Amino acid sequence: MGTLITDTNMAAPDDFYEDLIGLHRGLTDAQSTLVNAKLILLLANHVGDRDVLRQAMAAARADVVPGG
Amino acid sequence: MRTYTNPVYEYRRPPELNGPARHCGVVIVGAGPVGLAAAIDLAQRDIPVLVLDDDDTVSVGSRAICYAKRTLEILDRLGCGNEVAEKGVSWNVGKVFHGDQLAYEFAVLPELGHQRPAFVNLQQYHFEECLVRRAEILAAAEIRWKHRVVGVTPGAADVRVRVATQDGEYELTCDWLIVCDGARSPVRHLLGLDSEGQVFRDRFLIADIRMTTDFPTERWFWFDPPFHRNQSVLLHRQADNVWRVDFQLGWDADPDEEKQPHNIEPRLRAMLGPKADFELEWASVYTFQCRRMQKFRHGRVLFAGDAAHLVSPFGARGANSGVQDADNLVWKLEMVLRGQAPESLLDTYDAERVAAADENILNSTRSTDFITPKSSISRTFRDAVLALARRHPFARKLVNSGRLSVPKILADSALNTPDGDVFSGTMVPGAPAADAPASGPCGDWLLSHLGGVFSLLAFGDEISPDAARKLAEGKIACRVVQVGGTPRDDRIVIQDKDGLIATRYDARPKTCYLMRPDQHVCARWRAFDIVAVRDAIQRATGNAGKDAQWVH
Repeated sequence: MGTLITDTNMAAPDDFYEDLIGLHRGLTDAQSTLVNAKLILLLANHVGDRDVLRQAMAAARADVVPGG
Repeated sequence: MRTYTNPVYEYRRPPELNGPARHCGVVIVGAGPVGLAAAIDLAQRDIPVLVLDDDDTVSVGSRAICYAKRTLEILDRLGCGNEVAEKGVSWNVGKVFHGDQLAYEFAVLPELGHQRPAFVNLQQYHFEECLVRRAEILAAAEIRWKHRVVGVTPGAADVRVRVATQDGEYELTCDWLIVCDGARSPVRHLLGLDSEGQVFRDRFLIADIRMTTDFPTERWFWFDPPFHRNQSVLLHRQADNVWRVDFQLGWDADPDEEKQPHNIEPRLRAMLGPKADFELEWASVYTFQCRRMQKFRHGRVLFAGDAAHLVSPFGARGANSGVQDADNLVWKLEMVLRGQAPESLLDTYDAERVAAADENILNSTRSTDFITPKSSISRTFRDAVLALARRHPFARKLVNSGRLSVPKILADSALNTPDGDVFSGTMVPGAPAADAPASGPCGDWLLSHLGGVFSLLAFGDEISPDAARKLAEGKIACRVVQVGGTPRDDRIVIQDKDGLIATRYDARPKTCYLMRPDQHVCARWRAFDIVAVRDAIQRATGNAGKDAQWVH
């Protein structure tokens, strides 16, 4: 069973963040949502490991209270 | 002009109205695909069976139209596979469109060397007619049309059934009652039993049209096409140049309005273009549900088909799984009726087919969630998958326009003998036997040599005449089907003409597979050992631990 890496795993975090924000430049919220969904699907396939993906989903969902 | 006129089967006044009450071994409620399959199977085994149906015809409307390979294989054993396959339209390619573009296409059965195609499409009424014709020539089967079951009293020793006819009511008793009376199952309601699950908040319009066109015989599924924005559409060919078009309408659609021809025709015109020449044959608006009964066996009452479990139509898992229910049940019932197995064998019908129903419901629910997204983010992911599928192979595996019916691998069944030897490939204990080309006394395919009774598929001529005789003469008979080697008249000998039997069964010389009467693998070995085979037969018939009593 794989383990989700939660320590820094990228050489240049600021560069990545800039790319991520840049990815959405000029898009409507609906378009951004679609692009995010595609990005998640591409990355999920790259990771492949269901255990790691579930840990990532749990980490993403943590502290988010349904409803709101 | 419609392409089809329903036959009217003759009602006959039952002799019990002014004669003594009758006792039957098996009574079946419902002469649909499942009840008819069960009746034919029982009658072929010389078990008298009485079928009661409240109507006097086959399906009104085309209804279930996709019959899977496994169903055809079962029908081959029941003596009506050719008729259904020849009347039906076979197809193997599915295409999925998103908007105005092809997202991807797939082959349902990607390999050659099987007698039956992945699917044939055939109107349910034709399918039922084939089965009625077959049942009618079997002396042990009697179908009573316009006989409606109005009362069922299950007892410890038998079941009392009250039947209403136009001439009055009468009562029957039976050892076993098989209930195949469909999704609304009046008998289930009479017994106060529930089927629990989920209703999907969506509506679909089915339109059957007659049309001459050069469209290929493929399954075409559109997500969000230009001619029907924001919804899905399915196009399928049936026999007699009839095409099924299935429009997703959404929950707010008015079913009575939507099935009016003047509302259907513009939808079809938008889809098929101004030049298309079509005539509407039949239309229906439906919602669907995924649910099942908690148990399919209630003492002497056994539920099968839609009466026991319901799925959405995406995946063709309704009629196909019902026919598999019958296939699973009947050989077990025969063994119980003949005193060859304890009644508890019927609990394995429940266990195996409940597991199959859960698999079908899971697949069908997942398809439905993809086709009918329940939230905007779910819709976003769906559209993201479809957009990625055009360019990226991984996303095509995520597109779900129906995971098409394949038989359940009964890997967890208590009837299986776990492997002691090492095998690779897909023919694990519990798997339905894979077909392959063969030459032998029963034709050109492996499956036509298996089934009906226990069979030992043995590679090479390791099995002595003495062992073959002992297997054939055991209290539970087992027929040897030998692959290759010397012809002998105490067994069936087939040749593996393309080598595909050995490949598909990961076989080496001496390998043996024990097949159940319903053609599922239940044990396998790298060498023949008669004690092991007998033990496996005992286990597969619920007789484990009772060796001496059952096989001499």
